Parts: sequence; structure tokens; C-alpha cells
Amino acid sequence: MAGTGRGTIKEGKERYKAGVIPYKEMGYWEPDYVPKDTDVIALFRITPQEGVDPEEAAAAVAGESSTATWTVVWTDRLTACELYRAKAYRVDPVPGSPGQYFAYIAYDLDLFEEGSIANLTASIIGNVFGFKAIKALRLEDMRMPVAYLKTFQGPPTGIVVERERLDKYGRPLLGATIKPKLGLSGKNYGRVVYEALRGGLDFTKDDENINSQSFMHWRDRFLFSMEGVNRASAASGEVKGHYLNVTAATMEDMYERAEFANELGSVIVMIDLVIGYTAIQSMSKWARKNNMILHLHRAGHGTYTRQKNHGISFRVISKWMRMAGVDHIHSGTVVGKLEGDPLMIKGYYDTLREPRTPISLENGLFFEQDWASLRKVMPVASGGIHAGQMHQLLHYLGEDVVLQFGGGTIGHPQGIQAGAIANRVALEAMILARNEGRDYMGEGLEILEKAAKWCSPLRAALDVWKDITFDYQSTDTADFVPTPTPA
Amino acid sequence: MDETHTNHEKLDVAQAFKDSNIQGVLDDLDRELVGLKSVKTRIREIAAFLLVDRLRRDVGLTADRPVLHMSFTGRPGTGKTTVAMRMAQILHRLGYIRRDHVVVATRDDLVGQYIGHTAPKTKEVLKKAMGGVLLIDEAYYLYRSENERDYGQETIEILLQVMENQREDLVVMLAGYKERMDDFFRSNPGMRSRVAHHLDFPDFTLDELMQIAEIMLDQQQYTFDEPAREAFRAYVERRMALPDFANARSIRNAIDRIKLRQANRLYSGGGTVTKEELTRIDAADILKSRVFLEPPDRDVPIETTKRGETG
Amino acid sequence: MRITQGTFSFLPDLTDEQIGKQVEYCLNKGWAINVEFTDDPHPRNTYWEMWGMPMFDLKDPAAVMYEVNACSKAHPNHYIKVNAFDSTRGWETVRLSFIVNRPKHEPGFGLVRQEAESRTIRYTVHSYATDKPEGERYSHDGTGSAGKR
Repeated sequence: MAGTGRGTIKEGKERYKAGVIPYKEMGYWEPDYVPKDTDVIALFRITPQEGVDPEEAAAAVAGESSTATWTVVWTDRLTACELYRAKAYRVDPVPGSPGQYFAYIAYDLDLFEEGSIANLTASIIGNVFGFKAIKALRLEDMRMPVAYLKTFQGPPTGIVVERERLDKYGRPLLGATIKPKLGLSGKNYGRVVYEALRGGLDFTKDDENINSQSFMHWRDRFLFSMEGVNRASAASGEVKGHYLNVTAATMEDMYERAEFANELGSVIVMIDLVIGYTAIQSMSKWARKNNMILHLHRAGHGTYTRQKNHGISFRVISKWMRMAGVDHIHSGTVVGKLEGDPLMIKGYYDTLREPRTPISLENGLFFEQDWASLRKVMPVASGGIHAGQMHQLLHYLGEDVVLQFGGGTIGHPQGIQAGAIANRVALEAMILARNEGRDYMGEGLEILEKAAKWCSPLRAALDVWKDITFDYQSTDTADFVPTPTPA
Repeated sequence: MDETHTNHEKLDVAQAFKDSNIQGVLDDLDRELVGLKSVKTRIREIAAFLLVDRLRRDVGLTADRPVLHMSFTGRPGTGKTTVAMRMAQILHRLGYIRRDHVVVATRDDLVGQYIGHTAPKTKEVLKKAMGGVLLIDEAYYLYRSENERDYGQETIEILLQVMENQREDLVVMLAGYKERMDDFFRSNPGMRSRVAHHLDFPDFTLDELMQIAEIMLDQQQYTFDEPAREAFRAYVERRMALPDFANARSIRNAIDRIKLRQANRLYSGGGTVTKEELTRIDAADILKSRVFLEPPDRDVPIETTKRGETG
Repeated sequence: MRITQGTFSFLPDLTDEQIGKQVEYCLNKGWAINVEFTDDPHPRNTYWEMWGMPMFDLKDPAAVMYEVNACSKAHPNHYIKVNAFDSTRGWETVRLSFIVNRPKHEPGFGLVRQEAESRTIRYTVHSYATDKPEGERYSHDGTGSAGKR
């Protein structure tokens, strides 16, 4: 590795003299480096401390997320250390954000154990986020080489097989989270499951924090919920499901709950992001083995995905979860109560669903990504959405998504079944219109109003939530990151 | 068109004609096909009829859609397929069919080899043609009077059903030799009654064939010199007398062989050639044809009558 | 009861014109179409009878309507659905599926419960239609007109 154009890198005796030298001089900054197809690439947003050279900060991040420590160690020379060093190869100022830089860092494939998100994250986000020389650090995006992706199982079921198992095609799936999420007894809880599924939803859902509390222990929840599921299935002739949350304190507990769900004939189980990457991968393998759809609630992600200058972008979490292997993941609604810029959300959805994503800076995708035939993850849109927004939801989110209308089903004035009917009718009417080639975004309200003429539950739903704005343009103003053009 | 019309409202026929862009199709036809006056006149008449029929329906005068199935008779190479394609465009532009595709089929595509084979085969072709035009070449082969149990009868029955019940979904055009087609219609009165327009394609005259040859040569950037032109005229005269003469298609084939002979002449001559020589056809290139040998011999293989095409 | 499988079961039964438009949507996507029918619409009855082979390379919905009508005529009291198949890499599966004909009387399903150990229940969804042998189901409806599509 003769360094032309790296100038400042020290070599040989000078490089390995005991003491402290800048990371740049240790070989973690290589502006001429051309990443290999097999390299893992990470893009960080770096905010260096006052007076710290951005290239040195990038080199430091590269060093701390790979082989370096704060001082020179002679034992480096016992290894092919130049290979193992991550290389910062490009630093661009973030447009419109003085003091922030995008740093591109390449990692050799041999730095990572095959098929382990825990190992990947221990390197990439392990130490480096607390590093003193930087004020803030955000992992914006990653490029996973095909060779590495092939070591991951990916989603146990995937969109295609999920649809084949459910025998539901050509439209988004409909779901609802049982509310109130805490406090219902098992019997009352199962009633809500039955009513919502009987009315026309495909799925109901436990919320993230319903596990096995004093008001309802998990076995009761499972038994009563499955009674509701099967009753609704017989009443409609459709396959139905309830996401049984198996999140628990230990893997042993989770397996026990998942096994029971399997025994009862559930088609789907659910876990929370807070159980950790290793537990998620374990449950993914279990789900593949047991023909189970695996739903992931992204509980806790807001603590590190929300701030622009520090943490991890949700699109990186999306990538990790597609690799770790979940079938459903909550990824934003655009129009609901939770924040979400349509362009950013498109980036997440594409990451979860496409076989390959091109560079798309306006969607936050900095790299072309070939997904190496890993199955597709079904995104879940949940939180403050209702039937009156059906045209917008279809427009922004497409048809391969679970739309979860919790309040929009259970809060319906004529009851839970009526709420479910309103949602299903609105959805089918919109799909019909879209397929007929109509401008369903422009004529969305008209299409819904027409269906409401013969469907009184939809009429009531539109009336109750009519004060919710239909001006979708207003949601289109989110301040996505101004991004540089590709070099 | 407006939904409401009074009795005295003026309807602009010229404008409707212009809007339908039929003239473009008729012009194409004129350009593509030499002669065929009677056929072109019939096409104009049919187009006018369909245009007026549409206007009448627009103002609510008639509800029924006219029968559009047609029969094109004539010897091979007289332009039947070309006319079918243009007719499909006319029907499409006037809104009588949803697509302007033409699916060409023969007995082999429609009739099966064993029991239970024919219906699916016929239906598959019909379904591919639906929305547009099905052109059945040498349709009379579907019917074999000598064999009552021939599977072709099943195809005819399915065809008749669709021609009657799904007139808005499919226009059927039948093509073939005139005499045989007449026989076919005599034996299948049901078919005759469902075909509205019968167009007969006459053979081309010697002068028309010469004109066709000149157009083809021009398109390929060749020219006859005067002796060559005379030789070719003599060639065509002899060729027309042969039993397998196929009008424009025979002309195309003859020109292809003449080009080969010209190339061979230039090659064996050696030395250099000019651009003019590369373009020019000599009489010698033509006179080597075996139609000039006595007694007349087959210069050309029996030409397939799959499709009539003229340039 | 009304079974609600398929993409448009919550809407009023589709007219021929509406079916044609959905088929046209599929043809424009390059999907192959087939027609299937059954007298046992159990939610896990994956394989309905095929009414002929899937139709590839069609240009116009009239061709599909032709088969839908033929199937309805032959089986006026069966469930009939139209499926669209996408051969694109990454899909290679059904992309749209909707019911176009149903029996006049839909008997629906019963739920059979078998009590197992520790309050566990094993569920079986039972098609009432299958109480009669195949071919005789729905026969009390006569062979008259099809359920209005």
C-alpha cells in the first residue's frame, strides 16, 4: 500500500514510535481510496469540536470504529493492519449546516463476523459515539456488500410469502392496535380483537408494552385473542391474525411464549426493538423454522433516530432489520400524528421493500444498494391515521404496507365493527379507483364520499374525523437534509 | 361530442372526418398499394359509412353497432393483408375496436389434431385477437366437405358464436382465393350472413406490376436502365402466365434474385466499380432468369400463400 | 354470510365493466390472468379449480370476460375468482385476486373447538358446503341464474 497522495501518513519506524499521533497520520484518512465491492461503507454526519480538522475527525471515527486506540501500539505490526484499518476517504461539508460534515468510511469485509448484527454494530456504533473530539455524530446511511448480505437469513417470511399465506393480494393490509393498551382483562381484550377482525381488518395488534402484567397475564391474552381470531376467520372466510407480543425478560421466556402462540395456530408473533439485535435475530430464526410471520415494533428508536445531528438514521435501522430478519416494521405514516417527512419515509420504505435501491439523495439514500434477494419487509404505518386519508396513504405508502387504524377503528361512533368496515370499504374503493386509472389523489374525497353513500359506517367515519385536514400538501414541507450532489 | 342534440343542430361531417384522422390512413394505403381502384373505393365507402354511423349513434339515432366482419378475396400478393392492417387502423380511429392490432391465423393455428384439442386452440387465438382484428388466411381450409367429422367444423362454430355475440370485442376478416371462398360461403351460410363486406382484389395489370417493381427498386436504391426495363417487362409477362404467379410477391422475389445476379456480375468482373454501377440493374441480370428458357420452367419455388404482401 | 376473500369483497358486486377495467389494469402491467372456481371456499383452500390455463400475452380484457362468462355459465352457483400473476423477479406470485361470482346462498363456516390441556383450544374452521359431496354442493339453489356479478 504505497501511499501516493496521502502525504501526511507516516510509515515504518516513524509511524510506530511510541506516543500519540493524529489519526490521519496513522492511515485512517485515505482520500484516494476507491472502496471495493466487498467493503462495508458507512456515512457519518460529523460535528467536530471547535478547532478540530474535519478530516482528522473523520479519520478518528474510522479509527475508533475499527482498529485504533488512542495511542500507537507496536502490536499493530504483527497484523495486516493496513487491511483492518477503516478508511475515511471522503469528507463533504453538509450544505446549509455549518460545522457539520458527511464522512464516508470504508471497512474491509474481514472486520465483520458473518450474519451478526451485534458484531456489525459493535464496530460501527460501538465506541465512537462517545468520542471526545466530536461534538455530535450521526450514522446516516450504510452500503452493505452483497457478499456480506448473503451471510444473513433476512426476513423469515417476506411480503410475497406473507401474502400467499394470508391469501390477500393487491391492497394494503389493515390492522389496529388494541386500545387501551394497558388495563383490559383477557376476556375484554379478546372482544376487541374479535370485533375489529370481524368487521374487516386483517390483523389486530398487541401494543409494545403489553407483556404479562397483573391485569392480564400472557397466556390469558393469547387464549382470548386467538378465540377472537378464529371466530372472525370463520365468520368471514378469511385468514386473520393477531400480533401476539412475545417480548419478555429472557430468551427462554420469549421462546416459551412464541411456542404457545404457535401451538394455538397464530400466524404471527411480535417483538419489540428494545429486546436487542441478538434477540431479534434469534426470534427471526425461530420464526423461519416455525412458519411464523415476525412483527417488529420499533419501540425505543426515537431516542436515537430523531435528532438530525446525533444518533442513527432510521434508514440504517431499516437496513439492519432487513438483514436481521423481521417481516413487519413500523416505519412512518407521512400523514398521521407522528412526524415523518414523505421523502425520508420513501427512503425507509424503498429500503425495506425494493430488490435494489439506487442512490437517491432526496430520500436520504447515499448509496446504491443491491439487496441480494433478501426478502422484502412489510412496512407498517401506525399512529393517527383514519379512513378519510385513504387516498393519501395509498399514494405515499403504496399497496405493500400494513395500515393500522387503532383509534380510527376502535373510536368509531357506531362501534368497532363499523370502524373496521369503514376502513376496509374506503380501502377497497380507493384501490378499485386507482386500478381503473382514476386520479385517486385528486379525486380521493369524491371517491370516499361516493362509497359513503351506500356504506353508513364510512359516512360516520368521514363525519367524525372531517376536521382532519385533507390538504396533503401541508405535510410535504418537512425540512429534509439539503444534500450534496454525488461526486 | 355533446350528449344532447336538437334536430336542427348542424353536425360538421368534415370536422368529424378530420378529427378521426382517417385521411392519413387512406393516404398511406394509396402510397403503399398501386392500382386496386375498386378496393380503395370500397374502403372509402366503408369508412364514410362508419363515420356517419358513428355520428348517428352520437346523436342517438341508432343503437346497434353495424356488423364489421369482412371477407377479402383475391390471389396471393394482391394486398389483402396490407388492406386488413389499414382497415384495422380505420376501425380503431373511428372507435369500433379498442386496439389496432391484427392477429393473423391459418387453419394450423386454429384447428387441433385430436378430440378436445380444437376448442382451446381456437379460443386462445380468439382471445389474443380480442379488442382488435383476427385475419384468417385461407379460411376455407377450416371446412372440409369430404370429412364431416373434421375438427375444423368446431372452429367454425366457435367463430360464429363470437362473431355474433361479441361484435364489439372482435372483428373477423377472412381472406383467400375468390372461388374457394365462394364455395366456403355456399357451404357455410351462417358464416356468409355474418360477413358484411366482401372485397375482391383483382390481379395487378402488367403496367401496375411494372410500377410496383419501380417502387420497390427505388426503395432499395436500385434502377433499371432502359434495356433492363424492357427485359423486366418481358420477364413479368412470362411470369404472369405461370400457374404459381403471386402478383406483387412474385415481383419482390424476382427483384431479390436479380440483385443477387447483379452482385455476382460485379464480383466476377473484378477491378473497380462506380457508384452508378452499384445502383444499376442490367438487362443481363434479368435475362438469365429461367423464365426465358423454353419450355417455360419453374424459376421460382411454389410460393407460399401464407400472407399477401405488396410493397 | 358473505365471504370476504379477494380484493373487492367489501364493495357491491362488480359489474362486467368494472371487472374489465381491473383486468385491463393487470394486462397493462404485463400480468397473466386466470379464472378459478370452487364450491369449497375454506380460507385455507388454496387450490381452486382452474378454468383453463392462465392466459398470457393478452391485449384486451374482452378475452378474460369471455372466459369469466363461460365459467359463470358452467358454474353459476360456484365461487369464481380472477387472479393476476406477475412473473417479475422478486414477485413471481399473484398480484391481484378478486371474486367475480358467488353462489346465491353462501352457507359459510362453523368453528369447531376441541378442548385440549390447560385451557388450550384447537380450532377447526369447517366449510358447511363440504357437508355435501363435491358437485352436489349448492345444488338446492337449482341451476338457474348466476349470483349477480
